[in-house]
Amino acid sequence: MPGIEDLYREIILDHYRTPRNRGELPPPAVYSEGNNPLCGDDIRIYLDVADGVVRDVKFSGQGCSISQSSTSMMTVAIKGKTVAEVQAFVRRFKHMMTLADNDEPVDEAINLGDIEALQGVVKFPVRIKCATLGWNTLLEALTEATK
Amino acid sequence: MVGTNTAFDSAVIRRDFPVLAQQIDGKPLVYLDSANTSQKPNLVIDTMAKFMRESYAPINRSAYTLAANATEFYESARNSVAKFINANNSREIVFTKNATEALNLIAFSWGRANLQRGDVVLLTHMEHHANIVPWQMLQQERGIELRWVPLTSDFQLDLSSLPTLLMSAKAFSFTSMSNVLGTINPVEKLCGAAHAAGAIAIVDACQSVPHSPTDVQAWGADFAMFSSHKMCGPSGLGVLWGREALLEAMPPFLGGGNMISEVRLDGFKCAELPAKFEAGTPAIAEVVGLGAAVEFLNGVGMANIRQHEIEMSSYVLEMLTSRFGDDITIHGPRNPELRGATFSFAFRGIHPHDLSQVLDQSNVCVRAGHHCAKPLMKIIGANATARASFYLYNTTADADALADALDSASDIF
Repeated sequence: MPGIEDLYREIILDHYRTPRNRGELPPPAVYSEGNNPLCGDDIRIYLDVADGVVRDVKFSGQGCSISQSSTSMMTVAIKGKTVAEVQAFVRRFKHMMTLADNDEPVDEAINLGDIEALQGVVKFPVRIKCATLGWNTLLEALTEATK
Repeated sequence: MVGTNTAFDSAVIRRDFPVLAQQIDGKPLVYLDSANTSQKPNLVIDTMAKFMRESYAPINRSAYTLAANATEFYESARNSVAKFINANNSREIVFTKNATEALNLIAFSWGRANLQRGDVVLLTHMEHHANIVPWQMLQQERGIELRWVPLTSDFQLDLSSLPTLLMSAKAFSFTSMSNVLGTINPVEKLCGAAHAAGAIAIVDACQSVPHSPTDVQAWGADFAMFSSHKMCGPSGLGVLWGREALLEAMPPFLGGGNMISEVRLDGFKCAELPAKFEAGTPAIAEVVGLGAAVEFLNGVGMANIRQHEIEMSSYVLEMLTSRFGDDITIHGPRNPELRGATFSFAFRGIHPHDLSQVLDQSNVCVRAGHHCAKPLMKIIGANATARASFYLYNTTADADALADALDSASDIF
């Protein structure tokens, strides 16, 4: 059995206890909702995109330490990036979580920073959905924002 | 062994379940997820293996001896199940894919034949999705009205306005025991109230049939359903019981082989009960396995199992409260006589998903999530809970292991 310390790394627990960018954004920011039907977790990502750049991002909802910390770290990482950079970043993350579509090019040079700590989740396959919930919801919000 | 139940020793019974004998990383397996699905005793495993090695054949359709014998095994299991719940006769026992299919069968066969726009079906706030969604589908299709019996603050059904809720209702469909709260409902009383209002009574008995004696005639119910896999039998098999006259009057649910007596280019005639509701090749070996599960449970004694679970409930409630006080919130009745040994809980603000992950490090298996009862979760104000459920093979040592593992979860979060 893989060790629990591979899952609950300190940086993950830190973002769980003290989530960054928690809250909501008023329109014209868009939002998207995601949920994990297995555990009942739900998450809302608010996205303020202007001139092709993510000006601000916030999240709300309930979830386990993995979904909450993953989303918190994600919001920190994407703020200020262009939409294209965010999309490449999400692909890089999903590739790490072994979920990227093989047909999609992944830029291995992208540095995930603290988010690398989530790599241990791959050893606990049922939790991968927790780690990716916020990211998939972000993709939907991006689509909404760039309509 | 707990208490004074001398006819029964869960530590001995446990040895009949090979899964529970294993150790992982040198620690025993603590299986507390039987409300989800139960483990299987040797009698079930061996009976199924022997049947498949020596006697497997199609049923009801071939004249050779092997097939005739297989049919006899299959029908003998049906008789055992009928006796187990005190059905009037074995024609009232229909085998389905699972209890969910049985509930769908009632909603769509009985429901389509008997419910028109505006007709009322009464449900409760503590139902499993399987006793909600089929009725909502019928609501979309037919425009029936769904009403709900609410809960009291101590997790019982609030029956104060039951007569009003039942007014002009055609059916009252409710669980005999909540899979989240553990609450045991007064089935006889609810069936009586339904009949007094001119409604039929449908009992989702999944959580009670494996754990206590069942007498569908004493209940006064019209339909009841339960699953094989929660009562030590194999998965892929559910049981529908219905009053013969009602089943006779209903149209078939699934069409195909076995459920017909005649098919012509211009139509078909249904087979007799229960074949009318068993279209296609059924789960033959699984039905034989369920027969063995019934034999096993009868050997232990259902009243003994119920007594054991009352004692387990009493122990678990006291032990968890004395060890953790206000750090643990148990969503369910405190009186062991009014509940089964299924405990949904919140612990020190730790998300149930994280909790179950950490408990797994101690080989403690609990369910985390919404338990297929999302409306109820919303009512009790929880997105998700952890749930520990005990069965005949669980001991106080399992309960202690749960508490020890909960302590270790506090260390991480």
